[in-house]
Amino acid sequence: MSEKIVDEAVALEHKLNAEEWQHLLTSLGRVPTMTEVGIFGAMWSEHCSYKSSRIHLAKLPTSAPHVIQGPGENAGVIDIGDGEAAIFKMESHNHPSFIEPYQGAATGVGGILRDVFTMGARPIANLNALRFGDPSHPRTRHLVAGVVAGIGGYGNCMGVPTVGGETEFHKGYNGNILVNAMTVGIAKQDAIFYSAAAGIGNPVVYVGSKTGRDGIHGAVMASDSFDGKTAQKKRPTVQVGDPFTEKLLLEACLELMGLDAIIAIQDMGAAGLTSSSVEMAAKGNVGIDIDLDQVPQREPGMSAYELMLSESQERMLMVLKPGSEAMAEAVFHKWELDFAVIGRITDTGHLVIRRHGKVEADIPVSSLVDEAPKYDRPFVRIEPPAPLDNSQYELPDTVEAVLLKVLACPDLTSKRWIWEQYDSLVRGDTVRGPGAADAAIVRIGDGLEASAKALAMTTDVTPRYCKADPYEGGKQAVAEAWRNIVATGATPLAVTDNLNFGNPTKPHVMGQIVGCIEGLAEACRALDFPVVSGNVSLYNETDGESIPPTPTIGGVGLIADVAQAVGLGFTAPGRDIVLVGNIAGHLGQSLYLREIFGIEDGPPPPVDLAAERKAGEFVRRAILDGSVSACHDISDGGLLVALSEMCLKGNIGISVDLPNSARFLFGEDQACYLIETADGNAMLAAAAAAGLPARRIGITHGDRLDISGLMSISLPDLHHVHEGWLPHYMNG
Amino acid sequence: MKTCVIVFPGSNRERDVARALQAASGKVPALVWHGDSELPPSDLIVLPGGFSYGDYLRSGAIAAHSPIMQAVKREATRGVAVLGICNGFQILVESGLLPGSLIRNAELRFQCRTVHLKVGRTDTIFTSHYNEGDILRIPIAHADGNYAADPDTLARIEGEGHVAFRYCGDLGGVSAATNANGSVNNIAGVYNDNHRVLGLMPHLEDAVEPLHGNTEGAKFFSGLVESLA
Repeated sequence: MSEKIVDEAVALEHKLNAEEWQHLLTSLGRVPTMTEVGIFGAMWSEHCSYKSSRIHLAKLPTSAPHVIQGPGENAGVIDIGDGEAAIFKMESHNHPSFIEPYQGAATGVGGILRDVFTMGARPIANLNALRFGDPSHPRTRHLVAGVVAGIGGYGNCMGVPTVGGETEFHKGYNGNILVNAMTVGIAKQDAIFYSAAAGIGNPVVYVGSKTGRDGIHGAVMASDSFDGKTAQKKRPTVQVGDPFTEKLLLEACLELMGLDAIIAIQDMGAAGLTSSSVEMAAKGNVGIDIDLDQVPQREPGMSAYELMLSESQERMLMVLKPGSEAMAEAVFHKWELDFAVIGRITDTGHLVIRRHGKVEADIPVSSLVDEAPKYDRPFVRIEPPAPLDNSQYELPDTVEAVLLKVLACPDLTSKRWIWEQYDSLVRGDTVRGPGAADAAIVRIGDGLEASAKALAMTTDVTPRYCKADPYEGGKQAVAEAWRNIVATGATPLAVTDNLNFGNPTKPHVMGQIVGCIEGLAEACRALDFPVVSGNVSLYNETDGESIPPTPTIGGVGLIADVAQAVGLGFTAPGRDIVLVGNIAGHLGQSLYLREIFGIEDGPPPPVDLAAERKAGEFVRRAILDGSVSACHDISDGGLLVALSEMCLKGNIGISVDLPNSARFLFGEDQACYLIETADGNAMLAAAAAAGLPARRIGITHGDRLDISGLMSISLPDLHHVHEGWLPHYMNG
Repeated sequence: MKTCVIVFPGSNRERDVARALQAASGKVPALVWHGDSELPPSDLIVLPGGFSYGDYLRSGAIAAHSPIMQAVKREATRGVAVLGICNGFQILVESGLLPGSLIRNAELRFQCRTVHLKVGRTDTIFTSHYNEGDILRIPIAHADGNYAADPDTLARIEGEGHVAFRYCGDLGGVSAATNANGSVNNIAGVYNDNHRVLGLMPHLEDAVEPLHGNTEGAKFFSGLVESLA
């Protein structure tokens, strides 16, 4: 390997452009070795360096009194009271999942779980946000089957319940699917582990699986776009997951964390040993010497280059307190995992890599991190489309026919076929699982104890809104996550963001990135909902076509007494149904427009953040007062879809009075909630006192969805339509 | 009642069942590591759900050869009660403590959902708080829960009343349409000859408190506690 002449062409193979190659030569002061260029290529990749997004990410609000750790660590950490912390993050595994859906998705789950338990947290919930191509695309069915099986295969084996998420289909993802996985864990605030290495001479320890040749160049691949032919050739860059080993790694790490042995710990994710060692050294302002001969290896004859760039899964790097090696080794051997001291912390500030006694790399850590490229790429502001002439989009058919078509569309159809493949119940703390509430509710428990507290968790984004108007779409993603948490009675605390975009070297894509981030920032500020962790996935592009901008938001909230949390299903007949918020009848970018008229046009619904806050705080207080027995926000599909979902979940019918208006029934206005309450008049009075528009639209009653004078359908018929599409499609 | 829960590498529902037992008995079960060869004195041994050894080879096959399983077999022979849930059922079958085998679900997918179970005989230590024919709503979460047995074994299980639970419909109908996973005769759980060893796929332990939205599994644990106290 080291004999090969390293030049600009080799650098280009590592996705370092001519300018970056010159920058590398200047920074290093000499021509790099092959191993070194591999390390630079990984660390300066978009995936590791955020070089196109960094200056814009700085616009996001990241602090609040309850934020313990914002972006920059393995995951974000927030204070949830009683000396406890919630630790969470969402991360994409888009490129690998498109190439090899089962392993790509499985290792995505494995990676995000490691990010969370690396910090000392016991993972208590997984969520995932999936975007697939058009159902008619020849690869879509295969990708859905593989991704869902992969997520289930990993999460189920880990014993972490998968409790929520979303799945949508759009032709904009035909060439690049999105697999965004989120993990939420719980730790004691005085037992959180960070990645900054410290202590000159301290041992650097490798634990977990052995290193093989899988996933080499994963980080570089994830920073590249596809063309029609290359995707399948990239299969060897996809990692292979072993959830059983990860389960052992989880238990072993948590066991060792209970002893006084670990100074710093970092999981080996993208760019494996390279990024983990460099990040630990950089954060601690120290150097690190690694002897690769000590690394447990799965196959013989691996070079320094391969060992440093392998993305073999289920591995961790730790800096231990001197003298604690034997204790740590005993823990890992109990769990039948490899344990090896592979290096030492140094005061040189350099990453030094040895193989067979020879120095294969000697790089100042600052060259890899501080001097990584940072771009202010040119972008164009995206102007939203002109307002629609709503008169052209009156109901073309009966309300019933339109509702059934919208309710059965791939984005709104029941996703039961998917979430029944996920163990949503393991650990026994799932209070509201998939489809049961606007946000999943999982009780916080330690050991065998169960506290009254619970976390509310959700993932949200509406890509068609973001495409039409990145700024409003960015705001809406945050507002919807916030609303979904509020609608359970929980207090929204913080978010993780998973920013999926196309090729940032194209000014209109860069305009989407900038617009969305600015919209997210505005909404996060207005709603006191700071960003504590996240991930950026760019170059989601095939044959020059970029995906719709998809800044997925993972929101986390807290409810002090889980018994007060409400779901979205109606709970009893004879209750009043109250609409809180103002329905102006916004049809731009609605699913009604897309499914009934076949067009995606107009501006997305505007998000009035002050109105959001006012309505949300009113609803949350009403839930905690005990005057709300079910609550659902109005989002995709509009009011009538939301009502249908409440009927179906609760298996209780309704009798309501609604105007015969497409705008009212199917508009996707923001800041609106539907509430089931025993006393509608009291709710209306309270809303009036709060200065909020509200109206009583009817009562829960019987076993039909009945709209006076407009439609009446039995719940079994409605259920049949809502549940039918996905199983039929997958078995097709 | 003294209870122990065996923890294999890859077990993941030990906490759920330990909690259900604690709630029913007021006592914290002992967790026993699979590598141990001795069990603490126990009135009930539980093999919990999960993916022991990753369920590589076959579900439960490797765990069946764990050192602790020798002790479990010894205690079962002495008449100590043994309960295997999900992966625990698979381990009991693989270790020969229960007849038959558990193969891939008929639909070939992992399935997590609430199903209906019909309670069989109620003169055992496990089901004494139910009535025969009770219909329970209980969650399942497995990929390999399709119970299979050769015709002779099946005839014996059925003839001697060793079927503990069957998958059924909400009104109790036992048919192919109400079969959760393709199990022969809709069998969800079976006893050994003396009815002191029980294996079943459904997770009664995840249906024991109001916050689960379902408490229909609670009587199983209260019945066990009363029988073994």
